[in-house]
Order: sequence, then structure tokens, then C-alpha cells
Amino acid sequence: MSAAPQKAKAGAEKIDVVVSAVVPINELVTRFEFQRPDGAPFPPFSAGAHTVVEMKDKGRTRLNPYSLMSDPADAGTYAISVRRDDQGRGGSLYLHRHVKPGDRLTITYPVNLFPVDLRGRKHVFLAGGIGITPFLAMIAQLETLGARWELHYSVRNEALGTYADQLTARHPGKVHVYYDDRKQAIPLGDLLDGQPLGTHVYVCGPKGMIDWVHRTAADHGWPDAHVHSEEFLAPQPGKPFEVRLCKSDMTILVGENESLLEAMERCGVEAPFLCRGGACGQCETDVVEHDGTFIHRDHWLEEDQQASGTKIMPCVSRFVGKALVLDR
Amino acid sequence: MSKFQFPQSIASRPVYGTLAPRPGKAHLMMADAEGAEALLDLAAQAGARDSGLMAKAHILYLPRQTGEAFVDRLRALNPAQFYVGPSFDAALPRLRRVLSDAHMGLQVYLAGTEGLIGRAAAELAAAGIPVGSVQTEHRGSVARRMQCVHCKGITEDVITDPFVCAHCGLNLFVRDHYSRRLAAFQGVCIDAEDPGNVPEPVELYR
Repeated sequence: MSAAPQKAKAGAEKIDVVVSAVVPINELVTRFEFQRPDGAPFPPFSAGAHTVVEMKDKGRTRLNPYSLMSDPADAGTYAISVRRDDQGRGGSLYLHRHVKPGDRLTITYPVNLFPVDLRGRKHVFLAGGIGITPFLAMIAQLETLGARWELHYSVRNEALGTYADQLTARHPGKVHVYYDDRKQAIPLGDLLDGQPLGTHVYVCGPKGMIDWVHRTAADHGWPDAHVHSEEFLAPQPGKPFEVRLCKSDMTILVGENESLLEAMERCGVEAPFLCRGGACGQCETDVVEHDGTFIHRDHWLEEDQQASGTKIMPCVSRFVGKALVLDR
Repeated sequence: MSKFQFPQSIASRPVYGTLAPRPGKAHLMMADAEGAEALLDLAAQAGARDSGLMAKAHILYLPRQTGEAFVDRLRALNPAQFYVGPSFDAALPRLRRVLSDAHMGLQVYLAGTEGLIGRAAAELAAAGIPVGSVQTEHRGSVARRMQCVHCKGITEDVITDPFVCAHCGLNLFVRDHYSRRLAAFQGVCIDAEDPGNVPEPVELYR
């Protein structure tokens, strides 16, 4: 077996890192670069992979997934770019406010839920805002391979066009930037029509944008297998609820501002996870009994599975009601 | 009736569906023999809601032993382009030319024998359209395109098990193990250990 994450483990293997650089890119986005304390090379990763960054924030452990944006050919450094979310749960604020060069952090081995389909004849990237990050690694990888690609990047305005200038300067003709404040939008229909056979399209951005791309591509006759997307969900706050964990033989309370997965971890339960964003399926948990309503928010379970009330994804989904018993 | 429900088998064995109209900028339909019936059904399904389907369709049809039985009915669907040819190999340059000019938004529909579906799917995969993105429907003969694993020769339209390799003459057992690259099932020598001890050939699925 490889060093790839094993099923029974809670999360992927971990790597200790030193923050080697903290580079503000614009008002909202900062790049964090990591190296290993002993200078050893990092495990190789494929473009599109993410890592989960562990933050010790005043006794609370925060685990947030971020796409690796560095060149996969550079084994010395991993880099992530983090958009500060002032209304978020605090992970991005913690990174922006407290993490300085020289700090020690723990991250997980990269896991790729958004790989480039290398069978593709051409790759069209559609980015919205901070959704640019996985494409930076993909562009580096495809440039190395000499593959055909183009990027269509939608940003709010010039000041918030994260990496737009560098990308345009480095790859003129392949990078197209659209500014909301100039009423510009990605001409999706025109872009989809006329692409050579075997083209794949990739979208990373807000949920509305991802849905729009999937819907429009299907209308234009694109097979599903040629349309790739990634959206990490952040767990949403909600009313506290109690859960009985029958294998662990304990009853825990999920607080307003934590996810079910985080509550289990706080209570010392080894629950599996990888992406912590409702995408990978690793944390899928069987429901033994319930009396109430599930708030399913994941992208993993099929609609009928969600409706059946027999499974829950504890990383993003919640519960409202009298009683919930999980097989964990 | 030209439909046949294949029994469940190993994962390698291809499975086929039922053609349904899908949105697309162009529609490529390829069929042989009774596969024509699947295209006629497809057109009838589309008729009610998508009268534009045939106006953007290119049909490649290989009548084989059905002769003229379906040709006029297919022509009456008024596809934008209609080709009738004697064999897959005869139609291949045209298929490749169509694919080299095609763009994303092309919908592909394959119908007929496993040999036709498999060979066309392999061409499509080479052109950048993976197997899962193409609709297929089996109609007509259950005869198979077989590769002899010993001499690598291909025998078309094998209808009995075991059969004699058309190239090296070995007695071959018909397996469900399938190669998408070759568009052929595997035929393996059935009397290697005891030459001459060959079971009576039985027609496939009888």
C-alpha cells in the first residue's frame, strides 16, 4: 500500500510544516507558503489537490481545507491562498491575523477530489474569485506537459483580481479576466460551443456559478464526464442538538458554531474525514434511529439517500429534533 | 423482435441501454442491420418534443444482411446527412473525418450488433469521447467479434461456442472478458490440455 490515506484513519496522514512566507496579495487574500522543518521534500501531489490545515485557536482545533496552488513540480514548498471571510467561522481570520513566518503548523497529505482529466484534448478553466487557487496548480502542471488550456476568470474588480495580473502577463492569450464592476461576464454559451472534441471544462467558484456551468453545459450537449467542479462547503451554524453515539457509548452536544464532526472530535471520538467540506464522502455515517429532521448540506449523498434518513455527513450536515442515534 | 436482454455477467462485459434524445449541437448516429429500428424509435421519441433532432443528424448505416429493409424508412426521417455503406471498414474513413471536424456538443448514438457498437466506441474514445458519454443500444444478432488470444487474429460474427479461429484454426472458448481497445471478446483455446477433446458447438445464448 502507498502512503495514501487509509479508510479507518481519521483524516489523511499529517505533515508538520513551518510557515516560510506570508504574502498579502490584496485586501482580502493572503498566500501562505509552507516548508518542512528539516527541509525535506513534500510528498508529490497532482494539481487540484487540497490539504487540511490544522489550527490551534485558543484550545479549539480548527481544520480547514484549502486547495494547493503551488507548482506540483516544486516539492520544496506547498502554498495556499486564503481569502479572509469576516462572516465565516474564523479559520481564515485566524490564518490572516495570527499566522506569521516561522510558525509551526500541521497539515494533511494532499487529497485530490478535483483532478485534471489527462485524457482531455484541451482544458477550459472557469474560475470565480478565490476559486482561482486550484487552477494555478493545474496551469503549472499543464504547462509542464505542454497541454492545451485556457482560463476564464471572473473577479469583482481589478483590486480583488487575485493573481490576475501575473497570469495575464505570463500567459497572454490564454487568460481572460472578466470584471464584475465593468459589467463583464464569462460568455459561457459561446465558450462551450465550438470547443474541439475531447475538451474538458473545470469550474471552481460560488455555488451559483457551478450550477450554472453544469446546467448550461448539459443544454449544449456536453457529457457530464467532461464537466468537473469543486466546491468546499463550510459548516453552517445552527441550533445545538444532542447526539447519541452508540459505538463510542456516549452522548454529545453539538454546539451552535461547530459541526457534528467537530463535536465528535472535541469529545475524543475518532471519526473519519478527508475534505471536511461535504465533497469526499469519507465521513459518511449510518443513522441508527432518529426523531426529527435532517439538514443535509453535502454534495455526496444521493437525494434518495438524504431523504431516507439513514445516512448523514457529519462534516456539514445538522439535525433538528428530539433524538438522533448514530453508528459511530 | 430485435431486442435481447443479455444475462448479467462479469464487469468487463459491456452493457447497453436504450437510445434517448439528448440536447446537442449535432447528432451522430451509427447503426448496423436491426440497429436501424433503434434509430427509428429514437426519432419517434424525439418527434414530439424535438423536431430539430434529425435536422442536425448524420446517420451512418450499414444494412448488412437486412439489405434494403430499413434504408427507405431511415431516409424518410430526413437526416441532414445519410450514408449507407457495405461494412464498418468501408464507413471508417467517413467516421474518422466526421470526428476530426466535430466539436463539443456532438451527441453520439450507436445501435446494432456488439461488433459495430464496440468498434465505433473505440474510434470515439480515440477521438476524445469516453465510453460512458456515448449512448448505445443493442439490436439484432448476438454474434460477437472475437480475438484469438493466441494468434491475435480477429474473427467477426462468431455465433457459436466454441468456434474455430479464422486465422490459426485453434478451437476457441467464447469468454465474456472484453477489450474496449480492440472492441473484441477473448477467445481462449478450449482443448489445449487434451487436443481434440472439443465440446459440441452451441449457439450463443440458446
